[in-house]
Amino acid sequence: MEYKRTWKTIESGPHGYTEALHPVVRKNYGRWKYHTMPRPGVLKHVAESGDVLYTVRAGTPRQDSVDLIRRICAIADRYGDGYLRFTVRNNVEFMTPDQDKVELLIKALGEIGLPVGGTGPCVTNVAHTQGWLHCDIPATDASGVVKSIMDNLIEDFKHWRLPSKVRISTSCCAINCGGQADIAIVVKHTRPPRINHDLIDNICELPKVVARCPVAAIRPTVVDGKQSLMVDQEKCMYCGACFGACPVMEINHPEYSKFGIWVGGKNSNARSKPALGCLVAQNLPNNPPRWPEVNQVVGRILSAFKKEGQPWERLGEWIDRVGWKHFFAITDLVFEKDMIDNYRHARTTFNQSAHVRFPNSPA
Amino acid sequence: MTQPGNKAETGEKPSVQEEKFLHPTPMLDELEKGEWPSFVTGLKELAERTKKPMLRGVLDQLEYSYQTRTGYWEGGLVTVHGYGSGIISRRSRIKDKFPEAYEFHTLRVQPAPGLHYTTKMLLELCDSWEKHGSGLIALHGQTGDIMLQGVREADVQECFDELNQNGWDLGGAGAAMRTGVSCVGPARCEHTCYDTLELHHRVLTHFTGDVHRPGYNYKFKFKFSGCPNDCSNAIFRSDLAVIGMWRDAIQVDTRAMAAWIKKNGIELLVNNVINRCPSRALSLVDGMLAIDNGNCVHCMHCINVMTEALSPGRERGLAILLGGKNTLKVGAMGGTMLVPFFRMESRKDIDRFIGLSETIIEWWTENGFDHERIGETIERVGLKQFLDGVGIAASVDMVEHPRNNPYYKSEY
Repeated sequence: MEYKRTWKTIESGPHGYTEALHPVVRKNYGRWKYHTMPRPGVLKHVAESGDVLYTVRAGTPRQDSVDLIRRICAIADRYGDGYLRFTVRNNVEFMTPDQDKVELLIKALGEIGLPVGGTGPCVTNVAHTQGWLHCDIPATDASGVVKSIMDNLIEDFKHWRLPSKVRISTSCCAINCGGQADIAIVVKHTRPPRINHDLIDNICELPKVVARCPVAAIRPTVVDGKQSLMVDQEKCMYCGACFGACPVMEINHPEYSKFGIWVGGKNSNARSKPALGCLVAQNLPNNPPRWPEVNQVVGRILSAFKKEGQPWERLGEWIDRVGWKHFFAITDLVFEKDMIDNYRHARTTFNQSAHVRFPNSPA
Repeated sequence: MTQPGNKAETGEKPSVQEEKFLHPTPMLDELEKGEWPSFVTGLKELAERTKKPMLRGVLDQLEYSYQTRTGYWEGGLVTVHGYGSGIISRRSRIKDKFPEAYEFHTLRVQPAPGLHYTTKMLLELCDSWEKHGSGLIALHGQTGDIMLQGVREADVQECFDELNQNGWDLGGAGAAMRTGVSCVGPARCEHTCYDTLELHHRVLTHFTGDVHRPGYNYKFKFKFSGCPNDCSNAIFRSDLAVIGMWRDAIQVDTRAMAAWIKKNGIELLVNNVINRCPSRALSLVDGMLAIDNGNCVHCMHCINVMTEALSPGRERGLAILLGGKNTLKVGAMGGTMLVPFFRMESRKDIDRFIGLSETIIEWWTENGFDHERIGETIERVGLKQFLDGVGIAASVDMVEHPRNNPYYKSEY
C-alpha cells in the first residue's frame, strides 16, 4: 500500500522538556539546596523550599525492546508519577517525593530484571557503541561485551565496594565512540586494510580516501588497468579510518582484531584535570560470546584499585600517586614497547626528569 | 536456514506455538545467562511476540557475526523529505544469506534536553515504532539521540511523519550540526551554574537547519554541563563544550559545615577535602575549612564532598571550551579553554552565545578542510590565528603556560 503524504514537516528540533519535568522538579527548578545518597542507587535531593525528591537509578541494557520500555513506563506510572529520565550512561531514573515509594520502586525494578545501583563509589553502567548489531565498521560487538562485563561486576554496580566511582566504556573500533573512561575497552586492528581492486573505483571517492589517512599511507595506483589505491604497509597503523570512507578497504578480520584496555581516562574536572586513558593491555583476543580474556584483565585492574585506591581518588589519580611501574606490577600486566607513544606529540609523554621509582629498594 | 530446536529457555512467557518463530542462536543464548539485563533476551522476546521477520533476520545475522567474528552491515543513503541527515542506512552485506535482515535502517530522534520523559511521550514513541519499525530502541546513542533501530526504507517517511506530529524531530548525521546533550541541570542538581536544558533547547533549535542539512566540513557537537563535574562529558565529547562556572566565592553554610565536621571528624576533613584540593586553596583554620577563593580553580571536589555545606558562588555563568573530539584523525583531544566566564542569565545572553557560536562555526567553515573537526583546524592553523579570525582577545586562561619554544614570529 502506497503511503500518500499529507503531513508537512515541522522542523521542531529537540523535543520540549518542560512538560517532561516531574511537578516537584518544576516547582523547585534551579532551587535545589543539596543532595545525599541514602543507599546505592538512591539519591535524595533537598530543595531550598524544603521539598524532598528521591531518585531511584537502575541499569538498562541500552538496546531496549518496546516491551521493556513499556514495563519501565508502567513502573514510572505506578511509583514515579508518570515521569522518568535517563543518564548519559544508559541508566534509567525514577523520581518521587514519597520516601515509601523508594522500596517499592526497587522491588518493582527487580521484578523486571533491572538492577538498582550505579550511584556513588561503584561501577556504573557502561557507555558503549553499536557493534555487530548495527554499526557498519565494527570489529566486535559492543552490547555483548558490556553484558559479559556487567554480569561479572554487578555486585560493584549494586554496592559501594570501591574507593571512588569507576566509569567503563567499550568501543568496537579505534574511533572509540565509547569515549574516555576509567577503564576503556577498545578494539585495535592489527593488519592493514585489504583492498578490493575490482570494486573500489566504482564505490569510493578515491581522493577522499587518500585524504582520510592520518599517516599518509594511501596512494593512488592502477591495478589491472583500473584506478585503485595502494597502502604503504610500513606506514599503515591499522586505524581503519579509510574503511569508514570506503567499505571495500576491509580492515576487520576475525583473527586480526584485538582488544586493548586503556585506563585513567576521566571527564570530570574534580581534583585532577580531565584526562585521556592510557594503554595498559593489548592483543587480547576478540572472543565472543563472553570475552573471558578481556573480563579477566578488567577484573585484575578493579581488584588492585579496590585494594589501594583512596576515597574520592579516581583510577587514574591512584595510578598518578603510586606510579605506572607499581600499577603494572600489582595488576600483573606487562609494559610493552608499543605502549610508548610514537604519534604526534609523543615526546610530551616521555619522562623528561630523573624521577623514577625502585619498588624493591630497602625500606 | 537452520531449523529451530535447541534454543535456550528464556525463563519467561513460554511460547504457545508448537514451532518456534526464531532460529537457533546458541552463541547469543550465552548472553542470556547472568544477572545483568540481557539485550538478547529482550530482542528474542520482542521477535517472538511481534513475529517480525526483520527481527528474526537480525538475530540470525548477529549470531552469524558472533560465529564468524565479522560485521555485515553497510551504510548508504536513506532520507526523509527535505532532510539530508537523521537516518542511518543499514543494509546487510550478506542479504542472500539473511534476506530478512536486508534493510535495518535507524532513525536518530532528538530527545528532550536532559533526557527527561513523561511515560506518555515514551509510550507514544513505542507505539509508532512498533507500528512502522522493528520495536528495538537504543536509549541512547553516544551522541545523545534516541536510536530507533530497524526500519525499511519504504516505511521511513510515514514513520517520521507520525513521530513529527507527536513533537519529535530527527537528529544530525554526517557533516552536520549534531544532536546536543545536556546534564540534568537545574531540574535536579544544586551545582548547576546556568540553565543547561534551556540553553540546549534554544541553541539546537536555532541550528535546526544545520542539523537536517549537512553543510559543514564535518560534524559539530554541543554538549552542556551545568558545572565542571561535566556530567555530559562535554570536554572530550563535543566540539563546543559548555561548562557551568562561577566567579565569586564558594558559598558556605557554616551551620552545615560544623555539622559535617562533627559527623565526619577533622581527619576526614583534612584527608578527603583539604588535601585533595588541586590548587591548595583550602586550609584548616580554627577547626573549620577556610577557602582562598582567588586561588580556587573551580574543580568541584570540595563541593562534591560537602554538598550541603558548600555550593558554587552566586555570580554564575558558563565557560566555553573548544575543539574536543575523539580519535579520528589526529588522536583524541580535549576541548581547550576559550571563554572562562560568559554571563548566562537572560534571553539576550542566549542570543549572544548563539552569535558567538555562529562566528566560530563560520570561521571553521571557511578555514577547515573536508572531514576536519574544528579542534583539528585550530591545531593546524594555530590558536593565535583562530583568535584573530573570530575576534577574541588572547587570555592566559587559554594555556597551561606561556610559550616555552623560542621559535616564533613576534608582532613587533
